[in-house]
Amino acid sequence: MGVFGLALVLLVLVSALFASLLAVHDPTRIMPQDRFQGPSLTHLLGTDHLGRDLLARVLYGGRIALMVAVGSTLVSLVLGIILGLLAGYGPRWLDALLLLAFDALKSFPVIMLALTLVTLFGPSLLSVVLVVVMVSVPGYARIIRTQTLAMKTAEHVMAARSMGASTARILRVHVLPNIIGPILILASMDVPVVVGIEAGLSFLGLGVRPPTPSWGTILNDGFANIRDSSWIVIAGGLPIILTTLGFTFLGETLRDVFDPRLKGR
Amino acid sequence: MDRITAPTLQIDGLSVSFATEAGRLQALRDVSFAVPKGRITGIVGESGCGKSTLINAILGLLADNGEVTSGAILLEGKQDLTRLSPREMRDLRGLRISTVFQDPMGALNPVLSVGRQMRDIQYRSGLTRKEKDARSVEMLRQVRIPDPEKRLTQYPHEFSGGMKQRVAIAMALMMRPALLIADEPTTALDATLEVATIELMKELQQQIGCAVLFISHHLGVIAELCDEMIVMYAGEVVEKGSVRQIFKGARHPYTQALLECDPARLHERVKRLPTIPGTLPDLKNRPQGCIFRDRCAKAGPECTAAPPDVELAPGHVARCWHAAGGAA
Repeated sequence: MGVFGLALVLLVLVSALFASLLAVHDPTRIMPQDRFQGPSLTHLLGTDHLGRDLLARVLYGGRIALMVAVGSTLVSLVLGIILGLLAGYGPRWLDALLLLAFDALKSFPVIMLALTLVTLFGPSLLSVVLVVVMVSVPGYARIIRTQTLAMKTAEHVMAARSMGASTARILRVHVLPNIIGPILILASMDVPVVVGIEAGLSFLGLGVRPPTPSWGTILNDGFANIRDSSWIVIAGGLPIILTTLGFTFLGETLRDVFDPRLKGR
Repeated sequence: MDRITAPTLQIDGLSVSFATEAGRLQALRDVSFAVPKGRITGIVGESGCGKSTLINAILGLLADNGEVTSGAILLEGKQDLTRLSPREMRDLRGLRISTVFQDPMGALNPVLSVGRQMRDIQYRSGLTRKEKDARSVEMLRQVRIPDPEKRLTQYPHEFSGGMKQRVAIAMALMMRPALLIADEPTTALDATLEVATIELMKELQQQIGCAVLFISHHLGVIAELCDEMIVMYAGEVVEKGSVRQIFKGARHPYTQALLECDPARLHERVKRLPTIPGTLPDLKNRPQGCIFRDRCAKAGPECTAAPPDVELAPGHVARCWHAAGGAA
């Protein structure tokens, strides 16, 4: 399963990175005379309602999807770790305040939050990243906070404190390296969720603006013509499914590798 | 006080309380004792008697809800630790005051090599990396870790429990502190290792010449290792004196009971090991008068008033109404 996941992830990564080499056609070039063409040798995945080559759009859409997914996951990870450490190791009032903020953020439905942010900042990639960060930071921060609380009273942390180590040093050297494993696995399993969020928001017209290709906008285009040109929906949906499967399998394998207790199951 | 003869650590009338939801919990009341320079002072007491609170108060690491309500902690006769800023206190920890903890398994960071951790401890020494490593090797050799050069590159899980405790001792003594606090350092070790570790500590203490505050609930270890001893009960020092004075002529009823309960002192087979009847008093509603009254066989009407500290011999003090006059 791990090999399969790795292969899928590599496939997605390579096709996104080398989109400009792999795509024969321009993903934004409109060719009205070629619209609604089924898969053929010139257009492997067919064309959409504006005659744009779907393969090229899928490949370039992969860039957007991965950029958003990896970028926002990294930002969420860093923010989550910092806030989690502060909540777990800081004074009680700060912990209470941060927990309140996490809970408040969590209580918003993702779509409502997205609508609000998009209304405020306009539909763009940045808005999508912002939505993802606000949705996933509380989860990371809560896990880091719990682990930090457990570490706070660990004997080696007490020993370091009794030997004059500063708080910053304790967090950096004695706490974080001991709790970072699980959160990295969680992050790798979150990448497909973010791909889904980006596609979903773009599908709703809240994310990437046309003519920039995105898996979500391809889906949206295909949705309007699903009765007579079903290949458009398939071209937009298949990469989402493959990416989600790939990252999920990879994440689960990573978890098993990092946690010896799960080995051999 | 004369600085040359000033004790390394002197605690005067120290009281510590914690603010809890159920009210104020007085964990230490009017604790006074001294740890003379270059000697080993033991503290005995059952669980919950305030030993850990005492250590944390000395180190300036009381929990956020804890507070020193009165008293002073003098280091080397000059600095009152209760008045230092957190920053000044941090500069003393690991340099003038070092600590060894109970659990050798957890005292080292599992993700860093032992060499790295020993180097980190010396960050205030101003030595180069090479010199630090050389000192680490020297210290490991002193605590009898075989092949110390190779050991520096290894991680804590590659060491046995006894070795980890010896590494912890080496790290604590690395900066040649004035005071070493040892919090039950041998409790988690088996009997043979316990003896070896005690021998080692005694030897290193004499070499470095530091004072040691040794916390244990094992009377045999105290008798073996310490010069002076302090008996604590429910946050109070009930009796203190030299090890000889207390083992030969304990005057506080609690100390006497404690000595009787030591299984090592039993000479014949008994059906049930002796215990002290009753439990520790509720420290949130600390009873007036003698703290041991409820469990004491000799308690009388006078015990409802706070007992005096009776000096029985030079250095031998018991906090009991019955300590004087030999009627105890």
